[in-house]
Amino acid sequence: MKPTNIEDPNYFHKVVDCQWACPAHTDVPRYIRMIAQGRFTDAYMVNRESNIFPGILGRVCDRPCEPACRRNRVEDKSVAICRLKRVAADHRDDITDRLPKIPTKKNGFKIALIGAGCASLAVANDLLPLGYDITIFEALNTTGGLMRTNIPQFRLPPETLDEEIQYILDMGVDLKLNHRINSFNEFLDKQEFDAVFVGTGAPKGKELDLPGRFESNNVHIGIEWLESVAFEHVESIGKKVLIIGVGNTAMDCCRSSLRIGAKEVKVMARKPRGFFKASEWELEDAEEENIEIIVNHSPKAFVVEGHKLVGMLFEEMEYQIDDKGNIDRGKVIREKIIYCDDVILAIGQDNAFPWIERDIGIDFDKWDCPVVDETTMMSSRKGIFFGGDAAFGPKNIIWGVAHGHEAAISIHKYCSKEDLNHRLPPGMNLASQKMGMHEWSFSNDYDESERRLMPHVDLKERFKQLNIEVELGFTLEQTVTEVERCLNCDIQTVFTANLCIECDACIDICPVDCLTITDNDDEDKLRSKLTMPAENTKQDLYVSEALPQTAKVMIKDEDLCVHCSLCAERCPTGAWDMQKSTILLPYAKDELISNVVSKNSNN
Amino acid sequence: MSYIGKPKISHPKATKNSIGLTKRDYEGVVSTLCAGCGHDSVTAAIIQAVFELDIKPHTLGKMSGIGCSSKTPAYFVSQSHGFNSVHGRMPSVTTGANAANRDLTYIGVSGDGDSLSIGMGQFAHVIRRNLNMTYIIENNGVYGLTKGQYSASADIGSKAKKGPANQQKPIDPVSMGIALGATFVARGFSGDKEQLVPLIKAAIRHKGFGLLDIISPCVTFNDNKESTKSYSHVRKFYHQVIDTDFVPPAEEIKAKYKKGEAMPIHLHDGSKIVFRRVDKQYDPTDRAGAYAYLRESIKKQEVTTGLLYIDKECDDMHEIAQTSDCPLSKIPYDELAPGSEELANIMNRFR
Repeated sequence: MKPTNIEDPNYFHKVVDCQWACPAHTDVPRYIRMIAQGRFTDAYMVNRESNIFPGILGRVCDRPCEPACRRNRVEDKSVAICRLKRVAADHRDDITDRLPKIPTKKNGFKIALIGAGCASLAVANDLLPLGYDITIFEALNTTGGLMRTNIPQFRLPPETLDEEIQYILDMGVDLKLNHRINSFNEFLDKQEFDAVFVGTGAPKGKELDLPGRFESNNVHIGIEWLESVAFEHVESIGKKVLIIGVGNTAMDCCRSSLRIGAKEVKVMARKPRGFFKASEWELEDAEEENIEIIVNHSPKAFVVEGHKLVGMLFEEMEYQIDDKGNIDRGKVIREKIIYCDDVILAIGQDNAFPWIERDIGIDFDKWDCPVVDETTMMSSRKGIFFGGDAAFGPKNIIWGVAHGHEAAISIHKYCSKEDLNHRLPPGMNLASQKMGMHEWSFSNDYDESERRLMPHVDLKERFKQLNIEVELGFTLEQTVTEVERCLNCDIQTVFTANLCIECDACIDICPVDCLTITDNDDEDKLRSKLTMPAENTKQDLYVSEALPQTAKVMIKDEDLCVHCSLCAERCPTGAWDMQKSTILLPYAKDELISNVVSKNSNN
Repeated sequence: MSYIGKPKISHPKATKNSIGLTKRDYEGVVSTLCAGCGHDSVTAAIIQAVFELDIKPHTLGKMSGIGCSSKTPAYFVSQSHGFNSVHGRMPSVTTGANAANRDLTYIGVSGDGDSLSIGMGQFAHVIRRNLNMTYIIENNGVYGLTKGQYSASADIGSKAKKGPANQQKPIDPVSMGIALGATFVARGFSGDKEQLVPLIKAAIRHKGFGLLDIISPCVTFNDNKESTKSYSHVRKFYHQVIDTDFVPPAEEIKAKYKKGEAMPIHLHDGSKIVFRRVDKQYDPTDRAGAYAYLRESIKKQEVTTGLLYIDKECDDMHEIAQTSDCPLSKIPYDELAPGSEELANIMNRFR
């Protein structure tokens, strides 16, 4: 193999599994260290830089970071990254003076954002400090989009939502609530704006058109029903409720039902456990509330007696799962009616653009989704950008924020008549963390503590009102323990080949056997002949230049390194050093626009 | 030394040996020797060897004298027996331990100072006894613990980090071992575990005295350019005469050797040592030939490594003395000490 090019920012970025997995690339280890030092406000701001809504996401993020966490691979539970984000949000001081200053003199460009959800708000957050005039058009009478309408208040309190959205609105957004746009063509014809961003989400719940579906008023579509509950249009539900589907929306529906009158809620899953769409932690939270999840039941018909729903007919299924974990289509073993008063359908959601005419230069694909460039977020019509669920179908909040950042860069460049594809590449700084003989700037010892569990409101207490937040947040003791579980994967083991005397000290001390000195070879062969075979091919091998004494190479399998620094401590020549990699991700504010960004001077 | 211990976490797929232990279970405390010391690498090789031999930690006796080398038994197999004895007196303490309990596996770790200077007499006599033990000399040519004075194994003209070059003739423990009649004599290098681990395993399984001279550079006082015991010098003049593979009793010899190239030797416990001649002329069962070869190679300044001599037929101390098969430590006290009356009878027989 060729020596690893550690100057490529992506190499060390990938080692920071959590940050790499996060769509917005939040610098997780950095903010966890700040929490460890009691610097909650700083930790909050590190979060805000990339994900904009630390308080919201600290509660309801989909957490792609946690399954990626290295701790899953060396033991079995990841660091509670999401919960620590909430710790930063819960304990921060006032941050208003740390928010970017908004220029009083505007640059003359007017940008319209359609929908007041996470993606649009992210665009506003990035463009307002640059002097743009931002107008948000929102169909509902409130902001937040699906964050407000679809996430129940017992998971995300409205105060948290309001506070973090307000930071952005206060930067000077012209917010137009109750402004549903019914014709995009008419809107664009007015030519009021220099660029338009569409962040309207995926607002249409999937229908389940089975016999009896429209014969009663007791079958609800999950996301619509959640919205009605959020706006208090629906205040009760029957005693027995069936939820069809087992994704995160289903979890929100079943738990909401319990809070407005349901006594017996069953979540009906077509497939067995392990094939559920819901996050593991959302399943746990629902089951803690005695929600029954019934597997292998495929819905067949609604049972209606005289315009009254009495139950649902299911086919009980049996599946074969092969060695690779693939499941077959299953076969029906019997039919069964399960009686209920209401059914909520939570089987997915779709994009819906009835308000965009198909002849205005915006191409739609065969799934009726707009064709959007994955890098620039621009549609086929110049100056029209998409982001969040509206761009590539339902994802989650953190993806919406990530899209917002990218769209902001594009809009900034678009207005300055720059090439949208000429974007700043990510950068990286590497700095040694050595403080003394065997002292490092970070807590390098491996902490064996197990993952802390989030304390919850008492089961009896929590159902009294719809808006009692179930999760209480980590206590001080829990926080102190949990921060130490972070392995500081951003503090890299950096190797300088020409200093190595091949004494083997690093190899002998490594607790997880990730180092080897051997003759160079191609990757497959190297992976099999290391101290421990490197079976996880998703993780890179760090290959050195030829070593001075034997011309062999030092190889590090990045997979399981716990960043304990012992290789560097035991190295007599300083060939190994612990260096912090800071990944520098460009935002709209970092783009050096060659033209002076002002509409007037451009003209 | 490090402020933190080696984290308890280990590779999730770490292999277990036949008694259910991982390599990590054979570790000791974290070394307090200088970072990069060859001795730490020898320690790692010992851990690897006893792990692969499935040795039960409580059946191992770690013996040592004084010096950097003699500190190292603290760094491997914590759950075994250990005796850190007087300077140069490890051989007699081990003799006593072995006399009392012949069932334990004894690994003595000594250095060039502990064995070739203050302990020279004991070293010679433990060879004479053919005590069943593995005797490791971690040989770095200097007294590291007293800040780098030349030891008896320093070569003429070799220079340590400070001071003039050494002028006195070196003692070569390997030539001396063969001359004194040691029944297993090998030389290894701390920087070549591929060779070292099988050598340690073979020495442990050899019934009798297993001498292992391991060149183990002193990274602090004797790893400079002008030293003949530095990592770079040893690598440059490294000459492996014979490749040794250790095959445990239950296993077949798997590696394929060309005709006339391999030479298996069966040990008493059923395990095998397979030699592959690197140097075509070399025969490790020919004592005179081995000695002559070594004298020649010293002239050429080569660092000759491998299993240099083996005699598996010679009786060990217990066989020579015809002691009881049952370790003395396990014989009930009444049998072991028949009382003063019986002792008087015995004494009377010699009057």
